Formats: sequence, structure tokens, C-alpha cells
Amino acid sequence: MLNIHNLQAGIEGRKILKGINLEIKAGEVHAIMGPNGSGKSTLASVLAGKQIYEVTDGSVDFLGKNLLELSPEARAAEGLFLAFQYPIEIPGLSTTNFVKTAINEVRKYRGQEPLDAVSFLKMMKQKMALMNIDQSLLSRPLNEGFSGGEKKRNEIFQMAMLEPKLAILDETDSGLDIDAIRIVSNGVNKLRNKDNAVLVVTHYQRLLDYIVPDFVHVLYNGRIVKSGTKELALELEERGYDFIKHEVSVEEEV
Amino acid sequence: MNSVEYYKEHYQELQSRGEKNGLTSIRENAFNTFTKLGIPNAKHEEWKYTRIGGLFNKEYKFSINANISLSTDDIKAFRLPGHEQANELFFINGLFSSTLSKIISKELVALPLEEAAINEYKEIVATHLGHSSNYLKDGINALNTAFVNGGLFVHLSKGKITEHPVYIYNITDARSENIFSQPRSLIHVGENAQVQLIETYATLGDSESFTNQVMEIAVEENALVEYYKIQNDATHANQVSTTHIRQVGKSYVHTVTVSLDGGIVRNNLNIILDAERCEAHLYGLYFQKGKSHIDNHTVVDNVKPNCFSNELYKGVMNDEASGVFNGKIFVQQLAQKTNAYQSNKNVLLSDNASVNTKPQLEIFADDVKCSHGCTVGQLDEDALFYLQSRGISEKTAHSLLVRAFATDILEHVKPAPIKAYIEKLIAERL
Repeated sequence: MLNIHNLQAGIEGRKILKGINLEIKAGEVHAIMGPNGSGKSTLASVLAGKQIYEVTDGSVDFLGKNLLELSPEARAAEGLFLAFQYPIEIPGLSTTNFVKTAINEVRKYRGQEPLDAVSFLKMMKQKMALMNIDQSLLSRPLNEGFSGGEKKRNEIFQMAMLEPKLAILDETDSGLDIDAIRIVSNGVNKLRNKDNAVLVVTHYQRLLDYIVPDFVHVLYNGRIVKSGTKELALELEERGYDFIKHEVSVEEEV
Repeated sequence: MNSVEYYKEHYQELQSRGEKNGLTSIRENAFNTFTKLGIPNAKHEEWKYTRIGGLFNKEYKFSINANISLSTDDIKAFRLPGHEQANELFFINGLFSSTLSKIISKELVALPLEEAAINEYKEIVATHLGHSSNYLKDGINALNTAFVNGGLFVHLSKGKITEHPVYIYNITDARSENIFSQPRSLIHVGENAQVQLIETYATLGDSESFTNQVMEIAVEENALVEYYKIQNDATHANQVSTTHIRQVGKSYVHTVTVSLDGGIVRNNLNIILDAERCEAHLYGLYFQKGKSHIDNHTVVDNVKPNCFSNELYKGVMNDEASGVFNGKIFVQQLAQKTNAYQSNKNVLLSDNASVNTKPQLEIFADDVKCSHGCTVGQLDEDALFYLQSRGISEKTAHSLLVRAFATDILEHVKPAPIKAYIEKLIAERL
């Protein structure tokens, strides 16, 4: 589904990603972990198409398309979804109006008719139940005055509505208490099936107790320095990132 | 048209009519002021960014006599949604037309100003007409007052509540030549009375026009006034539009000024809180394109204690449009316990658009709460990316964000058909 080859990217001439290689197949859950500043969020943003980052080398193939050539909206319409670490507050735009516009723009891209009001409401009700979201939250301006938990639930609600092929969760657990993590993870798990995939970007292991990964990758200094199964996450939790840093520095000396 | 001589002839003709209505002396004072001050130029602090001198170098037709016969058909296209259920008052080239106007609320008095000046309303006219001259000490306001003629008087007596709004149209017939016009009106809202006023401007024909308008509104004890100004005129229609609201009793005023199109447009909105416990809300939205110029000068003068005012103006500037916001809050020495807030926010959509914004506070009392602030910026890149990342195209994302920016002004437009109308005009622009 997603094939990243030697991806290098940076910002204002500063290199952040220094050659990422990663393959994600349908039905899989991958986790990317790493210390602060290792490039985790940059990777998520580059995949979603944030303009501020400049890709200097490498390629990303997403469902047979060259992802890096697509606009952010085309990536979304092709089935990529980024759950933001810090969802943006937009006063004056209701969540419902936002989601409806998004769904219909995606449908337009795919050559489908806009969703009629009845079908949209039906779909919305169903996904609201999934995420324990109240109607009143959706009539409020997008993310404005939402609590941390509400913002993240709203992100996963949008994901549920857009039904992406690949969902990238960027530090979705940050700022959440344990109950909120459970609700958010539940939502993600219910949306999983054999045709889609999830890439979880996280600093801590705790989210992976709920969204159990098939593969865990450690990102350090712009490279994936170690890959393994979910046990790797537990090891990181126990030993901290220092042992990875140590291993890497030893390798580099060799 | 920039010489005093040009106006003198018309002025003398008007004055020679020998009216016994008290207007003659008001005009005389104003004409003397105009003779002294002339048309304001860029050296005048209040006119630094809005230059109207050039507009006066052109030739216009200026008439003190109503001699234009427009039919109901001619003005049909300009009527605002909801007009079936509204009182409609028409000015044609600056002169009030009783024949075109339609009054459906029996409690509403709408008369030629000259008539009101001699009948049972003459005290009201004498008390309130010309109050704006105390605030706008420039030649352009004086020029209107020097020609108080063919004006409109609107009155609601004590306790009357108009169920139907009052639509006021300023129509310019510029089909055959350039037109200079000076609409003048005095609106008096009696004790406990309530009214919604909706004012708009429209031009027929392609010739240039300059409208120099003054509307004075006096609001008595416990009265409630909603005033909406919608400017969406032709790009060859220029105007200086003054609305001077004097709250003379504990009263409530709510204004929304929406400026979407026109040539050079200068609005003066003065709100004088001339009694204790007055409340005023001032909202404005300007959304300009092309080479249009919009200038909103507002004054909130707290004369008496315990008044509240809140002001929010928002601007979206595209293409080469230019904007000015100048908001002044005065708190006079007597006006203790004043609460006055003001904010102006602007978004520039193009590199060639500009805004000059100047919030001002002048406080002479010591126990007050006041704040003011202004911002000028672009659409938020992070917000754009957020929307795009959900599959929304860049163009739609732009529209959504601009629309979202305007929301907290539009929600203050209370009459539903007018709100829908403004939303439609904005949607067409996005």
C-alpha cells in the first residue's frame, strides 16, 4: 500500500529525514517511535503534503501513485488521512459543515455525486456513536474551545467519516488521559479491516497497549534505526531511548 | 465642481425660496463653514488615506429640485429581499420621493423633512437636525447641511413598535450624466419605540456619481434601534455616508455595516451615548475587490456614565482594494463606569491589497473599562493545510476560511431575509 524509499526531507535547508525506508501492507498496523526531535512528526507531515517541508530525495508510492506529486487534498482523496497532533481551531466553521464539505470534495475527486442530506446524517449518526461524540460538539465551531480529548476524538471521527485506506495518527495520545486514550483507540480499532492500514506515530508505548502494532520502528536522527515487533515497544518502554542512541553511535563508529 | 462658486448659485436659489421652517439658518451656517473649509484634502487628519478631492474635479449634475421621473419598474431590481413585508422609502438622486415610497406600518411616520420642520414635529427637528455638525467639523458634512432640502423625516412615537422593517434606498439615476447627490434624513425613535432600519444604495446607468449622505438618528429613553447598512453599489458610484446616532435616553442601538462594492466609499458612523445606561453595538464587515476603497470612520462618544459599547469590524481585502479603519472612543470626564470595547481584524488575500487601521481611545474619566486592538494578516496556512488534508481543495478551503472569518459579523444581522441576502452576495464573491 505504502512504499517509502530513501525519503529525505527538511525545512529551510535543515535536513530532518535522512533516508527513510518503510513498507506498509494492507491490514497492517505499524508504529513509529522515537525520542523528541527524531523526525516522527515531520514524516507524518511530509506524507500528508505539508508545503513547508521540502523533499530533497527519495520516493513514496501510495497505492500505485507517486504520492509526492499529489496535492494534500488529492492525497486525502486517494485515501490518506493524517490525525493531527495539534488539531487546528477554526472559529466560524462548524465541524458538521467542515466534514460535509470534505466528504463531498473527496467524492467529487472520485467522480461520485455529492452525498444527499439523509445519507450524510445517517452516516454521521453512526460514526458519532462509534466515537461517543455528541451532536452539540459537531455544531460547535471546529475544535474551538474543545478539550484535548474532544479534539482527538473529533480527529478520529473525521477519520471514520472519510474511511481512509491509510491512517496516520500523529501523537494521538499526547495530552490524553487514560479514558480518552481508550475511547480514541477503540474507535481506531473498530475502523480497522484487512483493506486498510494504520501508521501510529508515538513517543510512548502506552497507546500501543490499545492499538496493537504488527511492526514497530524506531526513528532516530532522521533514520529508522531499528525495526521489530510489538516487543520492541515494550523494550523501549523499559530501557528508554538511550540504549538505541548508544547502539547507533557504536554502529556509526564502526 | 471644486469651487465654492459652483454651489453658490444653487445655494442662493434654495435660500431665496423664503421658507419659514428654520432650515434657512441651518443652511446658512453650514454654507459659511463650507466656504471656509472647502472639500477636505489629505492634509486633513481624518482624510489622510481617503482622497476625495479628485472626485470633485469632475463635472456632475446637481439638482435641488426633484425632476427625475423613475417608475416603480425602474427601481424593481434594487428592492431588497423581504420588501413585501417592509416599509420602503426611496431617495432618487438625493431627494426623498413620497410617490415611490410605501408605508405599511400605520404607526410609522415618514414625511418630507421640510414638512416636519413646520408641523407638529418641528420641535424634534429643531432639537436634533444638524447635531452631526458638532462632530464632523469638515467641509463635506457642512456641504450636505448647506443643502438640507428634499430630505426625509421618520418618526415613531412613544411605545410604537414597527413589526415591519424600514428599508431605505438611495438610488442614483446616472443613465445620462454624472450625478452629485446629497440625501439627508432625520429619524426620531420615541420612548420605548422599536425599529429596524435597513439602508442600501444602488445606481442606474454607467455615469459616475458622488453621493454625500447624512442620516441623523435620535433615540429616546428605552428605545431600541437596529440599523443595517448594505453597500454593494457600482464601482463608478462613490460616496461619503454619514450616520450619526444620538442616544438621548437609556436605549439600545445595534448597527451592522456591510460594504461589498463601490468606488471610493467613506462611512462615518458616530454614536453619541448622551444619557446614562445606553448600550451600543457596532459591527462591520468589508469585503473588497478590484480597486475599490473602503473607509470606516467610527466614533463612540461616552458623554454620560454607565454606558456600554462594543465594536467589531472585520475586513477581507482582495486584488488591489484598499481599506481604512479609524475607530475613536471618547470617554468624557463625566462618563464614569464606562465599558467600551473595540476591535478591528483584517485579512489580506492579495499582495496588492492594503489596510490602514487606527484604533484610538481618548479617556478623560478615571473609572472605566476600555480596550481596543487591531490585526492585519493573511489566511492561516496551518488552517488551510488542515482543511486540505481532509480532501478539501485549496480554493474551497480559502472560501471556507474567509466565510468563517466573516461569521461573527454576519450572525449579528438579525432580519433573516437580509442575512440570507448578504450571505448570497458573499458566497458569489468566494
